[in-house]
Amino acid sequence: MSPASFSRRTEADRFADSVEAAVRDGGRFAGLVATARDDGSTVLRALVATPALVVIETIVGSGVNTYPALTPLVPSAAWYEREIHDLFGIEPVGHRRLDPLVLPLGPHSARPRPGGSSPASAATLELDFAALPGHVSGEGLFTIPYGPVRSGVFESVEYLVETSGEEIPHLRTRVYHKHRGLEQRFVDLDPSDAVLLAERVEGAASVAHAMAFSQAIETLAGVEAPRSAQMVRVVHAELERIAAHLDSIIRHTEGAGQAVAYARMSLHKERIMRLRALLCGHRFGRGVVVPGGVTGPLQLDPDDTLAEVGQIDRAIASDAKALMATPSFLDRLRGTGPLPAELALANGALGPVGRGSGLVGDIRLQRPYGAYRFLGFEAAEGFVKGDALARQWVRIEEIRQAFHLVRQGLDELSEGDAGPWQYDVTMTDGLALGWVEAPQGELLYLVEAEGGRLVRVKPRCASFHNLALFAEAFRGDIFTDFVFIEASFGLSIAGVSG
Amino acid sequence: MAWVLRGLRDGVVTTRYPRQPDDYGDGFKASVSVIAGSGDMLEGDAGRATGVAEKLAGLCPTGAIRLESGLRVDRGACILCGNCVKARPDLFAFDSSPEVATIGRQSLVVPSEDDDSLGLVRAELAKRVRTLRRSIHVRHVDAGSDGGEEWEVAALTNPIYDVQRLGIFFTASPRHADVLLVTGVGTAGMAGPLRRTFEAMPDPKVVIAAGTDATSGGIVHPTYASGDGVGSIVPVDVWVPGSPPSPFSLLHGICVGIGLLAGAESAK
Ligand code: SF4
Repeated sequence: MSPASFSRRTEADRFADSVEAAVRDGGRFAGLVATARDDGSTVLRALVATPALVVIETIVGSGVNTYPALTPLVPSAAWYEREIHDLFGIEPVGHRRLDPLVLPLGPHSARPRPGGSSPASAATLELDFAALPGHVSGEGLFTIPYGPVRSGVFESVEYLVETSGEEIPHLRTRVYHKHRGLEQRFVDLDPSDAVLLAERVEGAASVAHAMAFSQAIETLAGVEAPRSAQMVRVVHAELERIAAHLDSIIRHTEGAGQAVAYARMSLHKERIMRLRALLCGHRFGRGVVVPGGVTGPLQLDPDDTLAEVGQIDRAIASDAKALMATPSFLDRLRGTGPLPAELALANGALGPVGRGSGLVGDIRLQRPYGAYRFLGFEAAEGFVKGDALARQWVRIEEIRQAFHLVRQGLDELSEGDAGPWQYDVTMTDGLALGWVEAPQGELLYLVEAEGGRLVRVKPRCASFHNLALFAEAFRGDIFTDFVFIEASFGLSIAGVSG
Repeated sequence: MAWVLRGLRDGVVTTRYPRQPDDYGDGFKASVSVIAGSGDMLEGDAGRATGVAEKLAGLCPTGAIRLESGLRVDRGACILCGNCVKARPDLFAFDSSPEVATIGRQSLVVPSEDDDSLGLVRAELAKRVRTLRRSIHVRHVDAGSDGGEEWEVAALTNPIYDVQRLGIFFTASPRHADVLLVTGVGTAGMAGPLRRTFEAMPDPKVVIAAGTDATSGGIVHPTYASGDGVGSIVPVDVWVPGSPPSPFSLLHGICVGIGLLAGAESAK
């Protein structure tokens, strides 16, 4: 695969200007990743999509621990700088709200600093929940906390609704509860084990994670997975997308009290999960994608698979059509949780969230990878309203396109047992990026190898990037709309917390 | 078109499990077993001298394979990656029964040995659940999952699994809950909220660790923030391995917890 990325090095005090210039030139800020070095310094890498990924890099020296913040110039860097402050202890000077995000630590605590050679342990860190800002209160000011244990079957996350009773309430999100320290766990794993961990960063995007990670390793090794393996990857990745989008639709129907639609969509999702298990023995497609290819062919005959896929596709299309003609359902979504196009653009909103607000930029088309280079499909574009309804339309359209892709992959695979399924990968040292369009949007992996070891693996999940925008969609009746706004963002908290 | 008609289009889709076995539920890779007798030749000095033990243990990314008085797999640590089955099909095999939940943590280490204390534990649980109301209320808490477990737990209420038919309901309030269903590795940040939920539940109560992560921390443990399962935070009664466990395995686990079914240890 041709390298779609390149690096530029800058001085720390010019870092923010360089990133801003790249964004001003039409780039999209796509993330900020830090890596600790053994000498105590920290490498900061900003990722800018042009759409090729440009890496702008600087080093914050040991003992310095500060650098001019990106956030004042590039607002969508705000959460990234908070996360890096938590994990690395370096301070972006000029950041307005540097509250702990994923790991509240005391002022004198050590920091995990993934990439460095001495891993932190629970004993060396000083967890301090008092480091979190308290609930605001004052004259006529209330904070209504919701979570982290919520009513229903949800991932743990805490929402704080700050309200003065008159103005539009403000939403704050706390995501530290689930922080698992995954970035540290990745360090020094063998790539064949690391891909298993990648599958468990976000359960709803297991295949996407395995693919993005494996592609980064393949870049380091200078190999490309066999074409037949790339087709198997697409089949699994698109079934995963269908399942995740159905999950979002199911939550909408449940919230709107559409009992029959809920039952029907749940049935379709279960059929997809069962099909995935028939194809590989795992309902989430885990254990399929590995660096160098896949572990083997599809375990179900492609023609039988095509038949089942056809049936589920027709059933979903028919039910989706009926659902999107049900006025009582549409009324709940129309105008709900609007994310204005300018805001989506300025923050580089990803996936269906961005596409519901008129953005273009499906990574499968912008930076084609794997078998997507050979297959035909269209991006779900032209949805501009920015409300929950627009996001729902995007997902329905993407389900349709995903079936189309699955069929193309199966067609090619049925034309004879291709193989081989996996090539050997021998990592060379260096830095590589892997990317996919996960169901939630662009997923990036930054992987760094040194002396044959994985010294740094950083997954950048779409949910992390999009969750910073979540609060912006709360306009109007925050309480009745909550369930729809949340379902329409389709966020995975596991991927946000890390 | 009227939704009413669509609801009927696929006929009866609800599983009859556990009253009747379910074909799909039994056709699913749910655990790893040691092939009977296959570990014998590895025992003793011969096995140690040739380094077989290390080699076998090295197959497993989570340390689930052990050679201690025979070859054993700890299902509570297994993430079903298949490495061992692929490398040594003469020793390891996938097992497709979804009924993998056990009452004793030790029983997840297979082949399991008779454990005298288990009888007492089981009797105590049986006595405790005898006093539960006829309908069972379940409170789910995510203590650091990857989100996959939540999909499978949520599936239990859909029309295919429909746990309501068994008198099992999910509840928002811990004060009305009989069963605490915990997913995730037990992160530092969830220890407090999980403990408080447990304490808010009235007695008698049953705690289920749902999934390999909740049982042992899986492949995520150890880190500075991830525990080795939720058992060090709340007292677990029933263990359900799986990464994640399928809805059938979860349903079996809940049924074991409330005394409707026996745990997997009694099947061995
Ligand atoms: S399937 Fe994988 S995790 Fe389970 S025992 Fe075998 S090697 Fe270990």
